[in-house]
Amino acid sequence: MTTDTGEVGERRLSLPAWRDIGHGAQRQGILLAFIVFLILFSLFSDRFASWDNASTVFRQVSIIGTIALGVTIVVIGGNLDLSVGSMLSFSTVMVVDLHDKIGPAPAMAITLVATLAIGCVNGILVGFLKLNSLIVTLGMLSAIQGLTLIYSGGQNVDITDQEATWFAFFGRDFVLGIAVPTWIFLGLAVVFHIVLTRTAYGRRVFAVGGNKTAAAFSGIRRARVVFSTYVISSFTVFCAALILGSRVMGSQNNVGQGYELLVLAGVILGGTSLLGGSGSVIKTVIGVLILGFIQNGLLLMGYQYYAQWLVTWVVIILAVWLDVASQRGRLFTTTA
Amino acid sequence: MTKTLATLQNLRRFTVIPPIWLFTLACAIFFSLMTDNFAEIGNLKNILQQTSTIGLIALGMTVVMINGNIDLSVGAVVALAASLAVGLQSEIGTLPAVFVGLGAGIGLGFVNGMIVWKTGVDAFIVTLGAMIGVRGLVFLYTQEQSFFAMDFAYSDFGMSQFAGLPTLAWVFLGFTVLMHWLMTSTVHGRNAYAVGGNRDAALNAGIRVGRHMVVNFMIVGFFAALAGITLSTQMGASTPNLGREYELWTITAVVLGGTKLAGGAGSIVGTLGGVLAIGILRNGMNLMQVPAFYVLVILGAILIIVLFIDRQVNRAGVEEVKI
Amino acid sequence: MTAETATPHAAPNASDRDAVTAREPLLRLDGITKTFPGVVALDDVSLEVRAGEVHALLGENGAGKSTLMKILAGNHTANRGAIHLEGEPVHFDNPMQAKRAGIVLIHQELSLVPEMTVAENIFLGSLPKGILGTVKWRVLFAVADEILKTLGCRFSAKDKVEKLSIANRQMVEIARALVFTPKVVVFDEPTASLTDAEKVVLFEIIRGLMRKGVGIVYISHRMDEIFTLSHRLTVLRDGKVRGTRVTAETTEDDVTRLMIGRSLEGREKRAAGEPGPVALEVRGLSCGSLYRDISFEIRKGEVVGMYGLIGAGRTEIAETLFGLRSPDTGEIRIDDETVEIDAPPDAIARGLALVPESRKEQGLVLGMSCRDNMSMAQLGTVSNGMGFLKPKAEQAIYDTYATMLDLRSPGPQALVVNLSGGNQQKVVIGKWLSTAPEILILDEPTRGIDVGSKSEIHDLIRRLAGTGLAILVISSEMPEIMGVSDRVIALYHGQMAGVFDAATLTEDRLVQAISGL
Repeated sequence: MTTDTGEVGERRLSLPAWRDIGHGAQRQGILLAFIVFLILFSLFSDRFASWDNASTVFRQVSIIGTIALGVTIVVIGGNLDLSVGSMLSFSTVMVVDLHDKIGPAPAMAITLVATLAIGCVNGILVGFLKLNSLIVTLGMLSAIQGLTLIYSGGQNVDITDQEATWFAFFGRDFVLGIAVPTWIFLGLAVVFHIVLTRTAYGRRVFAVGGNKTAAAFSGIRRARVVFSTYVISSFTVFCAALILGSRVMGSQNNVGQGYELLVLAGVILGGTSLLGGSGSVIKTVIGVLILGFIQNGLLLMGYQYYAQWLVTWVVIILAVWLDVASQRGRLFTTTA
Repeated sequence: MTKTLATLQNLRRFTVIPPIWLFTLACAIFFSLMTDNFAEIGNLKNILQQTSTIGLIALGMTVVMINGNIDLSVGAVVALAASLAVGLQSEIGTLPAVFVGLGAGIGLGFVNGMIVWKTGVDAFIVTLGAMIGVRGLVFLYTQEQSFFAMDFAYSDFGMSQFAGLPTLAWVFLGFTVLMHWLMTSTVHGRNAYAVGGNRDAALNAGIRVGRHMVVNFMIVGFFAALAGITLSTQMGASTPNLGREYELWTITAVVLGGTKLAGGAGSIVGTLGGVLAIGILRNGMNLMQVPAFYVLVILGAILIIVLFIDRQVNRAGVEEVKI
Repeated sequence: MTAETATPHAAPNASDRDAVTAREPLLRLDGITKTFPGVVALDDVSLEVRAGEVHALLGENGAGKSTLMKILAGNHTANRGAIHLEGEPVHFDNPMQAKRAGIVLIHQELSLVPEMTVAENIFLGSLPKGILGTVKWRVLFAVADEILKTLGCRFSAKDKVEKLSIANRQMVEIARALVFTPKVVVFDEPTASLTDAEKVVLFEIIRGLMRKGVGIVYISHRMDEIFTLSHRLTVLRDGKVRGTRVTAETTEDDVTRLMIGRSLEGREKRAAGEPGPVALEVRGLSCGSLYRDISFEIRKGEVVGMYGLIGAGRTEIAETLFGLRSPDTGEIRIDDETVEIDAPPDAIARGLALVPESRKEQGLVLGMSCRDNMSMAQLGTVSNGMGFLKPKAEQAIYDTYATMLDLRSPGPQALVVNLSGGNQQKVVIGKWLSTAPEILILDEPTRGIDVGSKSEIHDLIRRLAGTGLAILVISSEMPEIMGVSDRVIALYHGQMAGVFDAATLTEDRLVQAISGL
């Protein structure tokens, strides 16, 4: 294998210590960055390192985080899902609208079926018809946006009796001192982590994402696996819609606009490779939390709301750069 | 003489009519038959003016995508350039403000390109970060305010006509011709295909791939900024949310036009077809009084159908293993 | 140039060998040493090439051939040592510098841009530039056509590369090398994907270069090519030169010994014994233009070889048996029962196993561990009713087959991407043996792996047949097919060109069969 060492060689970075950190960073870098962040923010703000504040952040990231869990599985399987943002709009509008018409439980059931159906369409197009996932889900993004508007007639929807309904449970209640959205987010994270690392299904997802041809040659039904990842992704969107609808008790038609790329930012920040075949939902949880703590910490430190986006820009690139650089063994490429 | 002839022949060699034009024409014919006013000169001018914004960005995006990269930050750059060009008018004058706007676009393109080149991080991720960050810059600069153009010449420009066509349509068509020439007849354009088609081969052949990519990111940055400025001349104002989701619309138009996401294949002529297809659909359905909601569904469906047909046509049939 | 003395159309005879060896070296590599982190890739390697000489470079995978050539072509820089071209010391920082100096490497993987024209590919990176940076198309096409003509190519410089055959693409690569009026051309496994007819053309071109006084470094695994083409040969092993020989004065055995450091034991006699009942029977199988009317049977304990040129339909037949293609007509019978195989899981359930042609693309998930790759074909059996994996069951599979196949891997969790080609292939074979198949199909089981692992795999195939497996071996290497099979099926253009008993089959007869004679 000596011949395959690629461009490693001349003009090597002469910092062996940095390299060692780099290699460890490949696995633990994101956790390290996370801890550094927490410490930095704690130093600059007294209120940052408090239980209340931490639980606020968890609650804030729960919507993006829950969707990011599903998207992580799609990405590990070697695909992208850009339709989750408009799917979230659709799902939230539907569950809120139906709540007053047929009651919370039937509303949830029908919304679940409708959302999963959209996931199935994604899954059929990408899995069974083998179309490029970026373009398919881009098209679905637009189509679902339209569907949402057709469904609502362009009107915003809301729940009239916000105090009486048990639907408030998903977005507003606490269990054992922890917010229900946080329970949903972390609960799904644990379940997905176990599924991905301990079951045959999880292994299949990694195999298909790592090399779909080899997976098929090993008797893994690739199309079904890809299909299932999109169904899972749509399920997480449904869960996020419950949190969002219940928290706001209403919904705008474009409430999920732009979520697809923020979610992806969390997934990437966690260290899941867009190439597929590697990654983990735990990393994604950390990636999403970093996004949340950046926002929270900067606000506490008195910066404007939008400053977090600038920091996010820098952090995403630094995080992936660290990853790429440690695999390469040098900071910069030598490409001419 | 022979030299011009050869050049013409070569323009033709690379100007295979992409299949999207069939669809574009079919749409045009359909709407001409179904509505009274689609085929009117005034309406056709409208379409050109309406599509010029996405169209300009799509020209730059085509180059970057043929080159094997992607730029998700164009929508945010639209807002930044528009805000700067409108917001700085009263302080430094209209023309300097426009140049600052364009400069910001080119500069951000340079930053994106340098990061992609030097760090080796995928362009999708780099520009996704930039999309978020630049939008933050816009909000910080504008303090969430919309700006209105104080210079009436600025907003007049957006509505003006030249030789019977809207000036903005001229701008779009002029740059389309220029970019077509760039991609088919210049060494830089041909190298873009080489780098996108086989990066290692291009490197081994001594093409300076990194520099080349940076130039292309600057080109798309320029076009995004220009689109932002022309859009704000039409509105006579800029808003911090300007250009949201433009990256998605642009990619849709470019992909409809036949440019491959993997790079190495595509054309400006195809992109023009894709841009016009979207413009004609929107305009025609509007004339038929189909609510805008349905247009979104239909556009999404068409994108997927085009992808499906493309796959069926290009598939080697029985040669492919079923997996 | 004095090289006109070389006889065309034939192997260099003794007299021009003397003439060639007497000349001053055109290219001299002196004491080249190259280290990668933790590995010495090249250790004090010296090599010289004379004008008009074909100097063959041999060695197992990982011996350092490619690294040496990359240093020569400017892709890598050596830690120590010097390169002299025509007596002058030279130093290359990048491939362009090497090309300008006259050293061109023709890559193993084709490095063309398929969507562009032949001419643009030939002049990639140095397109003739006019005012405003425009391409001077007329000059470009005229010069490119001129070069193609000297190579005897029948396609135009205006054709797109994606429309050309593999052989013609290789011609474009060579044409690209000629732009720089090369002094030294390195061919890295040039015949890997060529048909016999195309090889003849290639050799003619190499001899043409030779006559012009170009020095040629020829890297190949194939002894027959090296012995027809080269004047001298140098063998590398573990990054060191193990010997340089005049080709005419050495033997294949000698060269093999230099390559692996020991001589290969004589091929084991086949396990005697009557083959059992028919395990797999194929009747009248046809699939579009790929193959027609294929019928054969394999008995338990029997090794059947399938031989034919690339494109003869061999791989496609194997893929059909494994459910990766649907046949138009025909019948597949396993254990006397007609079976429907729609997808690989059906095939696996029927006791079939396929070790595919391309290890890295079809056989392995390179980013996964050895253990995970080995259990991939039977995730159902290594997990419980709830779908949870049983790590002990997976470990047991790894232990069993790592031992049986003598897998040299740092451990079960080592990523397969870090293993050598031979050991990667063992992981693939282990994956399939662990499914306890009754019918094993091996498509090019030894392609691109070193001589040592190769003979291990041949022994294994015979051993497995001895245990009652029905085995189908597909190969492009005649010695492999002849050595390992009981019977040989010859294919010609997707049709059966005969079934032969290996014991009485001669090489000539087999060559005739696959050439449609």
